[in-house]
Amino acid sequence: MAKITPLREAVASLVHDGDTVALEGFTHLIPHAAGHEIIRQGRRDLTLVRMTPDLIYDQMIGMGCARKLIFSWGGNPGVGSLHRFRDAVEQGWPHRLETEEHSHAGMANAYVAGASNLPFALLRGYTGSDLPKVNPNIRFVECPFTGEKLAAIPSVRPDVTVIHAQKADRRGNVLIWGILGVQKEAVLAAKRSIVTVEEIVDDLEAPTNACVLPTWAVSAVCHVPGGAYPSYAQGYSERDNSFYKAWDPIARSRETFQAWMQRHVLDTDDFAGFRRVLAESVKEAV
Amino acid sequence: MSNETLDFTATEIMTVAASRLLQNGTVCFVGIGLPSTAANLARLTHAPDVVLIYESGPIGAKPTVLPLSIGDGDLALTADTVVGTPEIFRYWLQGGRIDVGFLGAAQVDRFANINTTVIGPYDAPKVRLPGAGGAPEIASQAKEVFIVLKQSPKAFVAKLPFVTSAGYLDGGDARAKAGIPGAGPTAVITDLGILTPDPVTKELTLTSIHPGVTVEQVKAATGWDLKISPDLKTTEIPDAGALAALRDLQARTAAAHGQLGGEG
Repeated sequence: MAKITPLREAVASLVHDGDTVALEGFTHLIPHAAGHEIIRQGRRDLTLVRMTPDLIYDQMIGMGCARKLIFSWGGNPGVGSLHRFRDAVEQGWPHRLETEEHSHAGMANAYVAGASNLPFALLRGYTGSDLPKVNPNIRFVECPFTGEKLAAIPSVRPDVTVIHAQKADRRGNVLIWGILGVQKEAVLAAKRSIVTVEEIVDDLEAPTNACVLPTWAVSAVCHVPGGAYPSYAQGYSERDNSFYKAWDPIARSRETFQAWMQRHVLDTDDFAGFRRVLAESVKEAV
Repeated sequence: MSNETLDFTATEIMTVAASRLLQNGTVCFVGIGLPSTAANLARLTHAPDVVLIYESGPIGAKPTVLPLSIGDGDLALTADTVVGTPEIFRYWLQGGRIDVGFLGAAQVDRFANINTTVIGPYDAPKVRLPGAGGAPEIASQAKEVFIVLKQSPKAFVAKLPFVTSAGYLDGGDARAKAGIPGAGPTAVITDLGILTPDPVTKELTLTSIHPGVTVEQVKAATGWDLKISPDLKTTEIPDAGALAALRDLQARTAAAHGQLGGEG
């Protein structure tokens, strides 16, 4: 049964230094609040996994939480580069970041294999790409039936997966709609999981297929309205594109990045505090 | 003659020319940025029944404005259905159900291989690009592939520092020999012209040049000795309807997002 608990407690008890952690979300429902809480609690030496690392991973990498990144596309969606990720890869700041790079199909299949309790994922993939030359975890196997050559990569089995969702009921059954990404697979592949939600309700009032995760498959559900900000939660909030654009100049220099993180994340108590201080700094800028 | 004397821009003729290649009823796996603009323009003009699939999960998306990124809510709300990302890659792409993969690129080489990973050595990159995303499998498993990008010596290089997604590899029958299922890139559409692979060598050849552009200009924007088709055509100018539809789409997008469609 999922424990309904404050986010601070969920992160304190479920995310440990050195863990392999997946914060998933495909543009939609990105668990920013949980990422900030991991930064506030000063987690170190994490292996971060995610198909599409974006702003929250840029922040976690820049704050030195990550030792390694397993990913398939890293950027500021709709805007450009992730400058903290690039600084870590290109200049080793704040320290060298190990990377393991895949394609989306590879990552999606690796989560499916993890959720299915298989040691590796099998796909038609990577043929002709240089990715297998730089990633020893992309190998090729022969089909025992046809002799075809197929790509194999290790399952993703996070210690903890964190996602954001629209709704949960008081027992902790979780509802997600719209773009689903790999959230379900990432939670089922993980040993532990945290789901932050927009709303906790008495009755999900959902069509039969819409409850993506039953309560007993989740470790903790945390009520964090707006916890995907600046990404969006379909039915609740729109993407704040101005923040995505504003992030580019903030993240370009180490100094502006550190000052921003200090004021908005380290010096705030929780995500509501972050939203208040952000509103103040946006007002000051105008 | 510069494009300023014509009533459309180089980007507009590129987008319209790319959209024209997409036929009605085609099932198209769409990349964000220029491919998404061209594919949606096709849907709004000559190909109303084109099926647009985005890697974030929407199938049959009919967005009212251009998406800023690959997982915009408008794609989900206007789609026939939305499935999880593993399903998109497993059932729909790997299952062999995609007619055209429509991709952008940071760099292409003379055999239409694509780089979106790094400029410079992989372990010490000069520029770290976003990476592969869905492209390696789209490029290999869609029945054919269109690539759209602006032409410059930095983008059109003789040899890629990194092959993210396969075109024709070393040319000739290398792609088929590697066991790659789809036919590969059949057109590269740029702001200067259209390049198509030679039927035998698979080397990209300039087969259509946009009006107002010279062959010297295209050669100067290409980092290898570009072959010019003896049968070089001039790209048809965008018709007024397509141009109006494109401008309306971009105006709606700018009004909704405060910017044009996204790149990521």
